[in-house]
Amino acid sequence: MAEMTMAQALNDALDLALADERVVVIGEDVGTTGGVFRVTDGLVARHGSDRVIDTPVAESGIVGAAFGMAVAGLRPVAEIQFLGFAYPAFDQIVSHVGRIRNRSNHRFSAPMVIRIPYGGGIGAAEHHSESNEAIFVHTPGVKVVVPATPRDAKGLLLAAIDDPDPVVFLEPIRVYRALKQDVPEGRYTVPIGVAAVVREGTDVTIVSYGAVLRDARRAAEALEAEEVSAEVIDLRTLSPLDADTVLDSARKTGRVVVAVEGHRTLSVASEVAALVQEGALYSLLAPVERVTGFDTVVPLKRTEHHYIPSPDRIAAAARRTLEA
Amino acid sequence: MDPIRYLAEDGSLLADPPVGTDRARALFAAMVVARTYDRKASALQRQGRLATYAQFEGQEAAQIGSAAALRADDWMVGTYRDAAAMWHQGYGWEQLFLGRMGDERGGSPPEGVNVLPPSITVGAHMIHAVGLSWAERLMGSDRIALTYFGDGATSEGDFHEAMNFAAVFSTPTVFLCQNNGWAISMSRADQTRSETIAVKAVAYGMPGVLVDGNDALAMLAVTTEAVERARSGGGPTLIEALTYRVGPHTTADDAGRYRPEEEVEAWRTRDPIDRLRAYLQQTDEWSEAWESDLEVEASAEIEAAVAAAEDLAAFDPDGHLGRAFAEPTRPLADQRRFVPGDDHG
Repeated sequence: MAEMTMAQALNDALDLALADERVVVIGEDVGTTGGVFRVTDGLVARHGSDRVIDTPVAESGIVGAAFGMAVAGLRPVAEIQFLGFAYPAFDQIVSHVGRIRNRSNHRFSAPMVIRIPYGGGIGAAEHHSESNEAIFVHTPGVKVVVPATPRDAKGLLLAAIDDPDPVVFLEPIRVYRALKQDVPEGRYTVPIGVAAVVREGTDVTIVSYGAVLRDARRAAEALEAEEVSAEVIDLRTLSPLDADTVLDSARKTGRVVVAVEGHRTLSVASEVAALVQEGALYSLLAPVERVTGFDTVVPLKRTEHHYIPSPDRIAAAARRTLEA
Repeated sequence: MDPIRYLAEDGSLLADPPVGTDRARALFAAMVVARTYDRKASALQRQGRLATYAQFEGQEAAQIGSAAALRADDWMVGTYRDAAAMWHQGYGWEQLFLGRMGDERGGSPPEGVNVLPPSITVGAHMIHAVGLSWAERLMGSDRIALTYFGDGATSEGDFHEAMNFAAVFSTPTVFLCQNNGWAISMSRADQTRSETIAVKAVAYGMPGVLVDGNDALAMLAVTTEAVERARSGGGPTLIEALTYRVGPHTTADDAGRYRPEEEVEAWRTRDPIDRLRAYLQQTDEWSEAWESDLEVEASAEIEAAVAAAEDLAAFDPDGHLGRAFAEPTRPLADQRRFVPGDDHG
């Protein structure tokens, strides 16, 4: 075990993955600079510039080239610097990465990972704080994974690289260095498509993932002081979504709050709310509460804290379910 | 810039032939089969047995001549109008028909054939050829990748990204632009103010070659040179093949709305099959009986492919749920209960 930040845990995962000759890392400034968040720090020195590849500034080119590499038999890990810069690559992801298996009836596949830092909370410039993960969840043929902790980040990234299908791997920017955790040494995987109950409780279920998970846990701690027992679920994978873990908890507590940073309409929170009403309606004691970002552009530094769900907003939503 | 040409429009030689007459006869035979397929596909579409079809008539030399320069295990990444080239590289006529009949099994060429199913979106696929050939080099193989695209695709941003990546990383990629004059209704003259498409290669730092796309011998010669350059570590090449789309954009298009019939008629006199036949006649390598036999064999081959494609049973109603991932995910397994006519739920 070693204490690591999420950025260090991801770096450790990539270093281990590169032991497999098929794995290459490709993106802007991932080599000499070690990535804008230093997640790929030192990898080019250890594995060479043929396998840790600095590219020209061209997101469609990065994802499209990685797609070709994957079809040919490599396991590329592409990096896009920020979610707000992924849109030029969106055609590649929607039109080809997520479709080649279907288009070729399994004859060709694209086992690749697209790593994208996402989310706000660090006071960055416009386009650097997006939380549009729902767009990828709505895209057939790609899996969407979002770690919330260093330990999960390492195991999920290694699982994503092993996966026979493409994975969009979203890394919460404000968690990169915000906390340290004991991370097991060596290779291990955390399964894709399996949520985790990270705090047990009996009165209300708070479903979250990524950066907001910490705020969900803080809300649960605040509620505990009021003698409210909150269960917290980390979805970890947004597609395929682990409905069973959410429904089991909803049937137990009868109250569900879903906290996400994305825009409210058609967010992952919307999908969780739909699944809960389909699968656990008769156990519900209150309407499902969504705590989300707004259907607006993420505000810049001076007011973004009004946009991102806070522990207070999550706890208030939980109280509303208790008052219903 | 004058296009490279070995055969004049009347089939007479302008330079020493790049290949022997056996090779020229093989190119001619392949072009006859390809045209048989193309015309059969158009006929099937009119009978409602095929969905929308994009004809390639007039472009047989550009496709067969270039594909003939590849090794059997090289990668090919083409478009909806490149069936002749794909077939030459090992994609089956049956799969090509299936794709146009609306069956995903048409996207699955035989094992060992490194040809991707045709790209329907314009432009994005060129960079796939860069990635494929780059991966082969990283894996220690000397396979190269050739990608086909049209004059219209050169206006897409992905053309730029693909050309730039290929040059920067010196990938073994051959970019083959079939400039067929029209991108649906947009003429080549209005597509770019570049004098040629081949000249665009200069800005990327790679060789650009302009070739008469209706001259099968010239197509084979210039593509062979580009393929050898790529395979030997010399990096990518852009080839612009000047040709013409004699038919409409697709069976859903009415080309009469945007281009004059006289232009089409003028290009019909430059037909690539007629030109190669004239050459073979001048070298006493052609006979009416031989071509007639070729047509009979081609027809039998194509009819057999149509029958095989039409006889293939349709997928189960929930077949699409099994194609999204290597293993169906739990949400997809759950969605099977909503498939009409299905009793899984």
